[in-house]
Amino acid sequence: MSKQYETVIGLEVHVELATKTKIFCGCSTAFGAEPNTQTCPVCTGMPGSLPVLNKQVLEYAIAVGLATNCDITRYAKFDRKNYFYPDNPQNYQISQLYLPICRNGGVEIETAEGGIKTVGIHEIHMEEDAGKLIHDEWEDCSLVDYNRSGVPLIEIVSEPDMRSAEEVIAYLEKLRLVIQYLGASDCKLQEGSMRADVNLSVREVGAETFGTRTEMKNLNSFKAITRAIEGERERQIDLIESGESVVQETRRWDDAKGESYAMRSKEDAQDYRYFPDPDLTPISVSEEMLAEIRAKQPEFRTEKRKRYKEEFDIPDYDIEIITGEKPLADLFEATVAFGSQPKKVSNWLMGETLRLMKEREVDASDLCFSPENLAKLIALTESRAINSSVAKEVFEVMFEKDIDPEKYVEEKGLKTVNDEGALKKVVEEVIAANPQSVEDYRNGKEKAIGFLVGQTMKAMKGKADPGAVNRMLKELL
Amino acid sequence: MANVISDETIEYVGILAKLELSDKEKEQAKSDMGRMLDYIDKLGELDTTDVEPMSHVFPVQNVFREDVVTNGDDREKLLSNAPQEKDGMFMVPRTFD
Amino acid sequence: MNITDMTAVQLSAAIRAGETTAVEAAEAVLAKIEEEDKKYNCYVTVDREGALAQAKKVQAQIEAGELTGPLAGVPVALKDNLCTEGLLTTCSSKILHNFVPTYTAEAVKNLVRAGAVILGKTNMDEFAMGSTTETSAYGPTKNPRNTDHVPGGSSGGSAAAVAAGECVYAIGSDTGGSIRQPASYCGVVGMKPTYGTVSRYGLIAYGSSLDQIGPLAKDVTDCATVLEALASHDRKDSTSIARDDTNFTAALTEDVKGLRIGIPNDYLGEGLDDEVKEAVLQAAKVLEEKGAVVERFDLSLVEYAIPAYYTIAAAEASSNLERFDGIKYGYRTEEYAGLHNMYKKSRSEGFGEEVKRRIMLGSFVLSSGYYDAYYLKALKVKALIKKAFDEAFAKYDIILGPVAPTTAPKLGESLADPIRMYLGDIYTIAVNLAGLPGISVPCGQDSKGLPVGLQLIGDCFQEKKLIRAAYSYEQEVCRHE
Repeated sequence: MSKQYETVIGLEVHVELATKTKIFCGCSTAFGAEPNTQTCPVCTGMPGSLPVLNKQVLEYAIAVGLATNCDITRYAKFDRKNYFYPDNPQNYQISQLYLPICRNGGVEIETAEGGIKTVGIHEIHMEEDAGKLIHDEWEDCSLVDYNRSGVPLIEIVSEPDMRSAEEVIAYLEKLRLVIQYLGASDCKLQEGSMRADVNLSVREVGAETFGTRTEMKNLNSFKAITRAIEGERERQIDLIESGESVVQETRRWDDAKGESYAMRSKEDAQDYRYFPDPDLTPISVSEEMLAEIRAKQPEFRTEKRKRYKEEFDIPDYDIEIITGEKPLADLFEATVAFGSQPKKVSNWLMGETLRLMKEREVDASDLCFSPENLAKLIALTESRAINSSVAKEVFEVMFEKDIDPEKYVEEKGLKTVNDEGALKKVVEEVIAANPQSVEDYRNGKEKAIGFLVGQTMKAMKGKADPGAVNRMLKELL
Repeated sequence: MANVISDETIEYVGILAKLELSDKEKEQAKSDMGRMLDYIDKLGELDTTDVEPMSHVFPVQNVFREDVVTNGDDREKLLSNAPQEKDGMFMVPRTFD
Repeated sequence: MNITDMTAVQLSAAIRAGETTAVEAAEAVLAKIEEEDKKYNCYVTVDREGALAQAKKVQAQIEAGELTGPLAGVPVALKDNLCTEGLLTTCSSKILHNFVPTYTAEAVKNLVRAGAVILGKTNMDEFAMGSTTETSAYGPTKNPRNTDHVPGGSSGGSAAAVAAGECVYAIGSDTGGSIRQPASYCGVVGMKPTYGTVSRYGLIAYGSSLDQIGPLAKDVTDCATVLEALASHDRKDSTSIARDDTNFTAALTEDVKGLRIGIPNDYLGEGLDDEVKEAVLQAAKVLEEKGAVVERFDLSLVEYAIPAYYTIAAAEASSNLERFDGIKYGYRTEEYAGLHNMYKKSRSEGFGEEVKRRIMLGSFVLSSGYYDAYYLKALKVKALIKKAFDEAFAKYDIILGPVAPTTAPKLGESLADPIRMYLGDIYTIAVNLAGLPGISVPCGQDSKGLPVGLQLIGDCFQEKKLIRAAYSYEQEVCRHE
């Protein structure tokens, strides 16, 4: 009988912080600039340049630590991690090894069985990102862009507490949500503002000790993570079953091929010679600093859910979805603050918004329409100034470009015609032009009226209130 | 010489430090490093139990900058010293196979 | 009036008085360089055009009353590890043979603001690693007092340029004695301030926790004047300290009454040249006669400073010098097979022997399995050394001793035995480990006519006491001459 194996997984999650400037210099972190245009002597390793810590980085790191139940290190330091690579301009990365800013935390996740499980967080440390390497096929060389060099990161190192891809995803979702709620990062896997390296080992069920682990890099989506975990689990079990042993190494996942390969090199000694960076002073976290950051902590999802239940009359299902994305929750609350009825706002978010997000692959953090304009749109439908199909049409435009729906409706002449006389005239024309349907209706075929409403709406170019049309038809017939 | 530095150690340190030494230099480096380490071993004579390692000599702490953009586009200057450049980037031997 | 014999304070006064101009001053010193530097090799780069243009500009500002300070219009030489925008900066290394910085070091900016005229960049031990200026890739500098001898190092070019009149004053950097020792060998005044007093932004790092920029000058007055201009709190340097007591010239008073001076017995022991010892003790006597209270005491741990220093400095250097990789600036080897070969060849060809020696040592002491035994141990010993100084300064205002065990050795005698060369740093090195200020003042010469330096060490932030004592000594000696 074949043996049963258990997968043991720990994660190293890198999160790019949402600061305006880099961790050690005043260069912008804005995305998408021309190569090397957001650089200075510090982030390009010019001789004689020196780093100075961006205070916001420390505050975000502590905020994430507090939100993930970590102990905040009261006396922290930066260390240099020495290794040669062209994307690392000083050939050392400023990071934290000996005294990281946060330690001993954990977050709760829901397991597949519906239970609650805590995934421990070993530590969170602050560090600088590397530059970008672009392969140039023509010249058979690589090109280096240092715009990203020095962008602040936190690395969240979990304990080896996860046992399946589902748990890994649940843990990542949890981190993403907490960090988004804090505003510390937008946490986009695809764009690399959240990156997860998977440390994985397998062992026989019931074994006391861990097996040899490998580290898997280059995982750009939840799907890739799931596939990589499955793939690596199989690979390790195959090795063990065939009497070979797992080698502790770093592997790169090729999601297109569905396989990984070892990133080994004779020149890669993996001996980083960490030592405290003499160019940066130690960090002493005072009670006041902690209190200040604590006071600024936002309402997290659990509290928000509870409050929504008490404050707004919307279904639990809606609450789950809306609080599941910080930008949606923000949008919801802001729109309600403009006077819209919560249920109506929720309907717009749960309906059209989610539909278009899915259809157009738009992230919640990239929604562009303002709560004010959504509130205006809701007001327009509530006052029956436009009907629901016109409203949807307007919303689609708003979704692309944050337009003022009032102006738009005005300009495009989309307002419902509420002139009884004009409506009556059109209805009479429709009745005259469709004798068969009129007859069917009179013979008890209720459905026929739907056709007549449709014809009237068509004649009115959609600018009528279907309810009013229905009423008038019934009256005249 | 109490510290005998092996060929492997010199080779290994060469990989770490990205230095390639000739055979003659290697022999010299082995002897130099061995002698230096013998000398440094003198520190072992001191009892440093309970002594905090001092990485920073003065208790200056919490030196921060505000999160405000102060730097603009410096690319032309940046690349002015580059041994090889292309398309506004540094050109290096290919980094992956 | 011979401009090249004048001190900075004298020259700036003469310029202000209209007796000469900044341009004349620059021309005079440039002529002197032209005439003498073939003999001494003080400079790696002389920026004739830049100096004359700057002199012209400064002269106009002086005439307009915009520049009134004691350094306005005075020509200065900068050690070649200070970044100067648009001006070649090599650290006397092949690996930076073509490096033109894109910005100027903060300390240099402070001088320029004070009206300094930059003559050029002075020779040094490669990346400041050495005590003789013989490890320069651009040939050794010779001691102007006797060209068979070294000028000391690593700021040898700066010290020699001051001694030879090839500048009016110079700037150096001191990681383990690199200002004080060459000042001593060349018979000029050199000072290393308290760590954090002068911004390191733009100083190409050797040992970041030890490096400090400081002046080399013809007398104590110039030394205090230049240090006052150099010092500033710089937000770009996290280790820079905000001080409100950097008006160092206020300490130029002849008054040592009651000043408690301690001479460590450990600084007068084995290895110290008799003539040096005699000159130093004679200097102590001068101060005692002027009212200072001079005592002998045991400092302890002196012999541990060198191994602790070389461990820490080499470790930091191994990391600081990683950025020289042939990618962003400087030397790249001609032919290579792939990335790692390019790194190795560029660095092996670009760095000199002593630099490679220290990089290897530093990489080793930080490597896996040795960090605790070597690097951490050295940091603990550093803490003990600092404590020993703290205890000494509880009793004394100033520690007095020699700068170096001997006067300047002959060229070519030092490099063969690195450890013996390192031992020459024994009196200067602990000062850097503890972050303290130290000054080197000429106190006579040996029978060969080579200068001897007196070292005064103060507690952190006590530069003024050092300046006061050094000035008092200097004035007294002047009266006798």
